[in-house]
Amino acid sequence: MDDNTEILTVALTGLNATDNPGPGLGVIRALREEYPKIRIIGLSYDSLEPGIYLHNWVDKTYQIPYPTAEVGLLLDRIKYIHDKENINIIIPNFDSELYNFIKIAPELTGIGIQTFLPTHQQLEARDKANLYKFGEMHGLNVPTDIIAYSAEDIKKAEEKFSYPMVVKGKYYDAYVAHTPDQAQKSFYYLSAQWGFPVIIQQFIKGTEINISCLADGGGKAISIVCMRKLYITEKGKAWAGVTIDSEDLTELAQKFARATNWRGSFELEVMRDANEQLFIMEVNPRFPAWIYLTVAAGQNQPAMLIKLTQKISLPPVPAPTTGKMFVRYAWDHIVDVSEFQQLTAFGEL
Amino acid sequence: MKLRKNIATSENGFIFNPATGDSYSGNAIAAEILSMMKNGQIAEEIKATILEKYDAEPNQLDKDWEDWMLQLKQANLLDE
Repeated sequence: MDDNTEILTVALTGLNATDNPGPGLGVIRALREEYPKIRIIGLSYDSLEPGIYLHNWVDKTYQIPYPTAEVGLLLDRIKYIHDKENINIIIPNFDSELYNFIKIAPELTGIGIQTFLPTHQQLEARDKANLYKFGEMHGLNVPTDIIAYSAEDIKKAEEKFSYPMVVKGKYYDAYVAHTPDQAQKSFYYLSAQWGFPVIIQQFIKGTEINISCLADGGGKAISIVCMRKLYITEKGKAWAGVTIDSEDLTELAQKFARATNWRGSFELEVMRDANEQLFIMEVNPRFPAWIYLTVAAGQNQPAMLIKLTQKISLPPVPAPTTGKMFVRYAWDHIVDVSEFQQLTAFGEL
Repeated sequence: MKLRKNIATSENGFIFNPATGDSYSGNAIAAEILSMMKNGQIAEEIKATILEKYDAEPNQLDKDWEDWMLQLKQANLLDE
């Protein structure tokens, strides 16, 4: 399957192109650019993930069990889909589902489906709850934090650092709290939404930069593309951004890849403070939603991932092109309700 | 002081710092001066060109030049 003209079937998640978008559509767009004949199988959790209904991008979608369901159910469902679609590669695009996909990866390989994922240990090391310790261990700046299991723990954070502070959900979402009331409200909301623990992190003022990377599993990041956020939504998501390149950012990404021997894609969320110090705010174990910008910068990371999965050696990548911008937009896509009915009744469309 | 090598400038005075993502808009004179700086011309050469081309007082130009340098420095666009 090393010929771009051969049909490649890739299944992936993250079709939720919403106000907190998943990376799925960006990954698909990048793959279609490199592999014009690719067949894309969408794996969805919710019936209203927009990608399900974008048939120019997603050839067929199957619903899969939520990550909280028993892992065996996921494997059974993937086997069912594989029988129909003959999947070559799966690219999971959500943090919360990765544990299960890593767990079933050997069985997937056994039936001919390839993945290129980190290990459970690598996944744990960059978990929000462990990130500060990880940073200390490897000489990486991470804002100090409190791992909170009850609202009482907010007091511990108040003793450690002052307001404002950032209250973060286990998997997603973060709110800046300026008062104890706001911190408590965010704590209850996030624990109800994503479970425990909730992470309360020191607030760092600065410029927000995200770095999208692909690492080979041997300690080397083979592609690094940096993006400065230009427009940030209320949820803290980049709605516009521009590619930048700076030695200290590249070195930070390489340092992380070396420290973890990371395998696959990851995104570093970084803050550059007024003293030019870089802080790692979060590490996402997957492609970011702005992944198509890596294609614009001359480094098609999803296509590179496919090649790594197929054990095709990659030539050295040129330096990313700086000054490439993305400006995201929303679009009202019209579909007939029968499509929605089909998906909800039969779990596939 | 020289303009950093990687700084991108355009004919209409737009300046982009690819290391930080910062961008700035300058007027026509700024665009002209930036172009001369990118060509490696030193301050005295640039000032002489401005004085020759425009109706400007040398003392005022010196003051404006210092202000210009300060702005470029604050924007982190100059090599130290």
